[in-house]
Amino acid sequence: MTATHPGPAGSRPVLSVRGLSVRFRMPGGRSVAAVTDVTFAMAPGECLALVGESGCGKSVLASALLGLLPGNAQTAGRALLAAGSAETELLTASEAELARSVRGRRIGLVPQSPAAHLTPVRTVRSQLEETVKELTGITRRAELRAAAERAAGRAAFPPDHLDRHPHQLSGGLAQRAATALALVGDAPLLLADEPTTGLDRPLVDRTVDELKRHLGGDRALLMITHDLEAAERIADRVAVMYAGRIVELTDAPRFFGAPGPRHPYARGLLDALPGRAFAPLPGMPPELGALPDGCAFAARCDRATATCTTVPELHDGVACHHQVTAGKDARHA
Amino acid sequence: MLELCDITAGYDRRTPVVRGISLTVAPGEAVGLLGPSGCGKSTLARVAALLHRPDAGTVILDGEPARRWRHRAPRDLRTAFGVLFQQPRLSADPRLRLAELIAEPLRATGRRREIPARVGELADRVGLGPELLARRPHEVSDGQLQRACLARALVLRPPWLICDEMTAMLDASTTAALVAVVESYRRESGAGLLAVGHDRTLLTRWCDRTVRWAELGGSAERPRTR
Repeated sequence: MTATHPGPAGSRPVLSVRGLSVRFRMPGGRSVAAVTDVTFAMAPGECLALVGESGCGKSVLASALLGLLPGNAQTAGRALLAAGSAETELLTASEAELARSVRGRRIGLVPQSPAAHLTPVRTVRSQLEETVKELTGITRRAELRAAAERAAGRAAFPPDHLDRHPHQLSGGLAQRAATALALVGDAPLLLADEPTTGLDRPLVDRTVDELKRHLGGDRALLMITHDLEAAERIADRVAVMYAGRIVELTDAPRFFGAPGPRHPYARGLLDALPGRAFAPLPGMPPELGALPDGCAFAARCDRATATCTTVPELHDGVACHHQVTAGKDARHA
Repeated sequence: MLELCDITAGYDRRTPVVRGISLTVAPGEAVGLLGPSGCGKSTLARVAALLHRPDAGTVILDGEPARRWRHRAPRDLRTAFGVLFQQPRLSADPRLRLAELIAEPLRATGRRREIPARVGELADRVGLGPELLARRPHEVSDGQLQRACLARALVLRPPWLICDEMTAMLDASTTAALVAVVESYRRESGAGLLAVGHDRTLLTRWCDRTVRWAELGGSAERPRTR
């Protein structure tokens, strides 16, 4: 696909990722291809949902953007964060630079399991105050307290729960506490890694609506999720990841409505929803340490032919030799 | 028939989580119990599976009231339930390989001889290959581990299945696959099912009937603070 991006005309992307790959070196000379050749850009005000089955490399991609990969990881490609005053190449930035000017300040992270992300032995208030102090420079006690309460309010965290410890919060409230922490720095890019796992539907809706509300028009949200309904609710565009590659990148209304997904995997994933065909994809995703040479989905795909032994390029938003075309293939949802 | 009669249960007698709930599952029936986070539905599921002693009320299994709970329950009652929880990581011994995990109920009930045949059959059924069976929980994904937990729940051919948010951590395709396995087992064994969850679309698609927690006469207004 080309580097041009269908976002608001003339606006510079907040984040542009080109050809990003992550490999983990394993004992015995093996390597795990967690992310391969991922390219996308995010415009201000945009919400991009990155969806896929567990283990497809979504969270590794998030860790790569924050410089949180373990020591045995090797990265290639570019990830340019153009938010705020400066441009930063995330993959090559030093740890000091990431800590000083990226994490929390220009990329806010809403973590996967908030209960594990929060410090268990301290109250939500003390964690919020610490973050406010660190990111905004407010030091006077009374001001700090007021700022922390405002931060809690932005994420709709109830003020009477501020003096509780994380284990005293329900899943939904812990999620809001984590969201409040992520919003403190007013980061132009929010990165939410499975922000709704384990929440019930009304809470999922409320959580993602709140995240979307914080975008305002000048911030971008990258939401990593396996919850397709949450993605449908708030995403402007959808990127479907399979075995470390983006296999489809398209506008959300076209993906969830008509004409529907064009990649057979994306179509199968959507059809597995209980509100649709409720039919599982056959088999399981391949191991990232032992990927086949060609299209990684071919083994599970009813359209696979001899051409699928070569990896399809992402072209016009789809990486497939036999993409589903709207007229010929009626939806069987 | 699995009958829950006027169950009151919780973790502190002064503030029970479940109050005066009654629910019946007929043999071979699939009942979906819908309720919001923190309403007490998981506690009720644990009571139904004899894993949590209620403060008041009775659990009647095929006309016989349960008198003992957890490890004190007689073995034939305990093993009458296959249970699946929301988080496979918390319900799998991290030291066991998946094959051992699936075989554990057979081992624990002195039926080791059945292990090779039964584990192979169930692994096929849930889609786990020999390579995955040799791994430990930290080496597999949530979806793969939940597949193993489902095989473990079916290994003793229980006449009852209790699924507490079995698919909450899983993607759409794995969800559909595991529900299909449960349903094919139920078709051939006639097992009854109590599926607890908050996803109305899923449970109405999956179960013969669904009941809402609020309809059961329980009090759902108390917010969970844990």
